[in-house]
Amino acid sequence: MDILAYSAVELSAAIREGSVTAVEAMEAVLARIDEKERVLNAYVTIDRERALKAAAAAQEKIEKGELTGPLAGVPAAVKDNLCTEGMRTTCSSKILENFVPAFSAEAVVNLEKAGAVLIGKTNMDEFAMGSTTETSAWGVTRNPQNTDHVPGGSSGGSAAAVAAGECFFALGSDTGGSIRQPASFCGVVGLKPTYGTVSRYGLIAYASSLDQIGPLTRNVADCAAVLEAAASHDPKDSTSIDRKRVGEDTDFTAALQDDVTGMRIGIPRDYFGEGLDSEVRSAVLAAAEVLAAKGAVVEEFDLSLVSYAIPAYYTIAAAEASSNLERFDGIKYGHRAAAYEGLHDMYKKTRSEGFGAEVKRRIMLGAFVLSSGCYDACYLKALKVKAMIKKAFDEAFAMYDLILGPVAPTTAPRLGESLSDPLKMYLGDIYTVAVNLAGLPAVSLPCEVDAKGLPVGLQLIADSFQEKKLIRAAYTYEQAHHKEMR
Amino acid sequence: MANVITDETIEYVGILAKLALSDEEKEQAKKDMGRMLDYIDRLGELDTAGVEPMFHVFPVQNVFREDVVTNGDEREKTLQNAPGAKDGMFVAPRTFD
Repeated sequence: MDILAYSAVELSAAIREGSVTAVEAMEAVLARIDEKERVLNAYVTIDRERALKAAAAAQEKIEKGELTGPLAGVPAAVKDNLCTEGMRTTCSSKILENFVPAFSAEAVVNLEKAGAVLIGKTNMDEFAMGSTTETSAWGVTRNPQNTDHVPGGSSGGSAAAVAAGECFFALGSDTGGSIRQPASFCGVVGLKPTYGTVSRYGLIAYASSLDQIGPLTRNVADCAAVLEAAASHDPKDSTSIDRKRVGEDTDFTAALQDDVTGMRIGIPRDYFGEGLDSEVRSAVLAAAEVLAAKGAVVEEFDLSLVSYAIPAYYTIAAAEASSNLERFDGIKYGHRAAAYEGLHDMYKKTRSEGFGAEVKRRIMLGAFVLSSGCYDACYLKALKVKAMIKKAFDEAFAMYDLILGPVAPTTAPRLGESLSDPLKMYLGDIYTVAVNLAGLPAVSLPCEVDAKGLPVGLQLIADSFQEKKLIRAAYTYEQAHHKEMR
Repeated sequence: MANVITDETIEYVGILAKLALSDEEKEQAKKDMGRMLDYIDRLGELDTAGVEPMFHVFPVQNVFREDVVTNGDEREKTLQNAPGAKDGMFVAPRTFD
């Protein structure tokens, strides 16, 4: 069998059985990268030597019986905002062009412990600020399904690499949709876990109260396996949650059950209003019918406050970004301006040279909404609206197990269409940002392709800690949908 | 309700954000920020009287750990990333004469 046709979990099983080696798998991936990368540009950094060495080490451990998990020996990619010890980590920004972390992010450590083998770092919007991967300082990533279109963002490199077979799975991060939307645009599975499920230690922060790391994979079984390996309670991240203490395990693969009988699924009417592409609408509603035919109880309802999520999100995210990105000062790491007069001039010149336009835009907006004249009316107001949005979800989850809707209003836009009008680009996040404000888990699943051949994503949202419901419904949909496609 | 961003405001934000903007960037920033603030003003339509601002989605209190070093000495590795280092320390521009 063609090695690249395996899913991550299938590949690891084949390696453990001895029909493929981890090194052969890595060589196959590197050959695919050679073939595709010149056009796609999904990676910022690829370390072949290290990847092959690590694959050989994993193979040895598998043969000795020391590595037995479902990801043992599997080549994986990591978004370039996750620190990797000894491997350049740039956040796709000039300001971190030569930054080599002294430690790895906890999520990366967890995956490596599970036997996954790191290939390299994937391209992204600079500091995860963007929805297209076009704000990267290292050039755009192209959508493998149609290279005239964007892969989405900000985890566009991760989504493109998974879709193109340039890795078997990838990690991304999701602050306002940055895993789910590129997964949707590239036709792969992407899951944003409940806030606190995956440690943010070693994730270069954008908006700390909203950021979560999660998997991008070829199918739902891989998604569950990667999430299970990545999740942990980490004392190094003070917002990390000990799920066992709140009565919730992280045994996500146990939820891979083809059964949604009696599951209650709500479809928010507001998610199907003006601005939603008609092909996306019909694809998502058809997916709802698939789940209904499998025994789920599907009905429409009114989720309030939908149109207020974007202004609340951009206020909070910009505020936190302006604070988080103060650390890039030209002293501890990264770029420093060559010529300056004194400390403050050095700060200003360094940051102005190092940051791109979108990052500057958000830092300035954030500095403004936190300034004394605007703090109460902008920032605190947004935090109050966040509380109201969380309450609206609490009320919805008193009635439903899951909420079903689109991931994005359209399929992937053409390259170059989005950046000229930032506000319009921000409005594309309408179905994803509320999930981050409320800290909820949500998954994006490929459902149909539109007339242009571009994938449409289905989004399922669950209440906090209910990833297992998401995975069960996602798996059930995937099984039924595959049968339909055959 | 349109927000007009003045030159003074952009100067002030530039100081807060520690960014030196070109004249062209300033003009663009005035436009972009004005539009975003108009959009954010929509939040004013909602009555939030009596609603507590939600800084964190879960009721997390202070999280403590023992004050013990667990990650070892990473000084050399850390300083390798610094634009300037000397005698085991970061080199920064002179802050006063």
